[in-house]
Amino acid sequence: MIRKFKNFLFGIFSVFKNKKHVKLGIYGPPNAGKTSLANRICKDWLGEEMGKVSPIPHETREIQQKEKVTIQSNGKRLSFNLIDTPGIATKIDYEDFIKKGLEKKEAQSRAKEATKGVIEAIKWLDNMDAVLVVLDSTRNPYDQVNITIIGNLAARNIPVLIVGNKVDLKKANVKKIEAAFPQYKVLGVSAEYGDNIEDFYKELFRLVR
Amino acid sequence: MPLIIQYIPYEEMTGLDSEKRIQKLLKVVKQNKVILMEGTLSPEEEAGLIEETMQSIDSKFKGVEISSFSPFDKNTRLLQEKIRQLFLQFVLGRRRGLTIIGPASIVKEIKRDPRSVQLFLSNRRQ
Ligand SMILES: Nc1nc2c(ncn2[C@@H]2O[C@H](COP(=O)(O)OP(=O)(O)OP(=O)(O)O)[C@@H](O)[C@H]2O)c(=O)[nH]1
Ligand SMILES: [Mg+2]
Repeated sequence: MIRKFKNFLFGIFSVFKNKKHVKLGIYGPPNAGKTSLANRICKDWLGEEMGKVSPIPHETREIQQKEKVTIQSNGKRLSFNLIDTPGIATKIDYEDFIKKGLEKKEAQSRAKEATKGVIEAIKWLDNMDAVLVVLDSTRNPYDQVNITIIGNLAARNIPVLIVGNKVDLKKANVKKIEAAFPQYKVLGVSAEYGDNIEDFYKELFRLVR
Repeated sequence: MPLIIQYIPYEEMTGLDSEKRIQKLLKVVKQNKVILMEGTLSPEEEAGLIEETMQSIDSKFKGVEISSFSPFDKNTRLLQEKIRQLFLQFVLGRRRGLTIIGPASIVKEIKRDPRSVQLFLSNRRQ
């Protein structure tokens, strides 16, 4: 009886939740390809891009939102607000940006904005309904930033799909990501070239319900 | 200048709330020391440490390198082993494991493969 009532309440709740749109966040370390993946999704389903991509880390320094993205697969539809976040890091050195070719002034302001972006990304964790954690599958997955992001999502009971990006590169090692996070579904894709993107959309239906 | 490693036993952290723990760690790291802490931070404390670190970054302080080890990370599908780990987790909490935190200007990278750790130090300017 009580359980029935509970289910009933939950039912009402989920209706509301659907109405106000699910927030699907994209998190990860800098340069993993978060914005590239966001662009891939937006190009495929809205015909437009979401944000700027760059080989220099901390390109995204503010939260970006795309409202009402609807994807379809097997006759099912799924709508969400897509949220691209600044890459999370434990250190930021403007001299690294100078080494990548930026002027000193530009490098310093990029660093300043990047520190704010990291804080904003962390603050927004609480707002998410589901999260894609994008990792560069050519890099060592046992990075504390990855562990911190995934640990915080787990502590908040937010469903997670780990996306091992850049599988088009020779050094890519999705197995290593799976070994590092055995409790999670890990999917290898190439956001840039589209490898495995159909499977990725199918997984999205499992992640966001 | 020698590299100083400061050991922080678990007892030194137990009496502190999260905010105080983070302050303490950052204070030591800003003295250009590498911390070897007994136990691990909670995910929320780690996120808090990153936020505070970002707020402190300036022309001198570039941030931190951090790596933590916990026996609970062990990849196991054996039920018996899982129960044992849960039990130890319950009894010892975050006391088990180790955390290394260093200033990014000194520790360039902490490379961690499940069990071993390599500290890559930068060529230090005097
Ligand atoms: N080879 C390859 N390169 C990729 C792929 N996806 C992204 N990249 C490259 O990786 C770099 C970073 O891509 P972004 O999408 O800007 O990465 P991000 O995670 O949004 O980075 P920040 O905004 O700085 O946190 C760019 O040079 C991209 O061209 C991929 O699937 N394969
Ligand atoms: Mg980006």
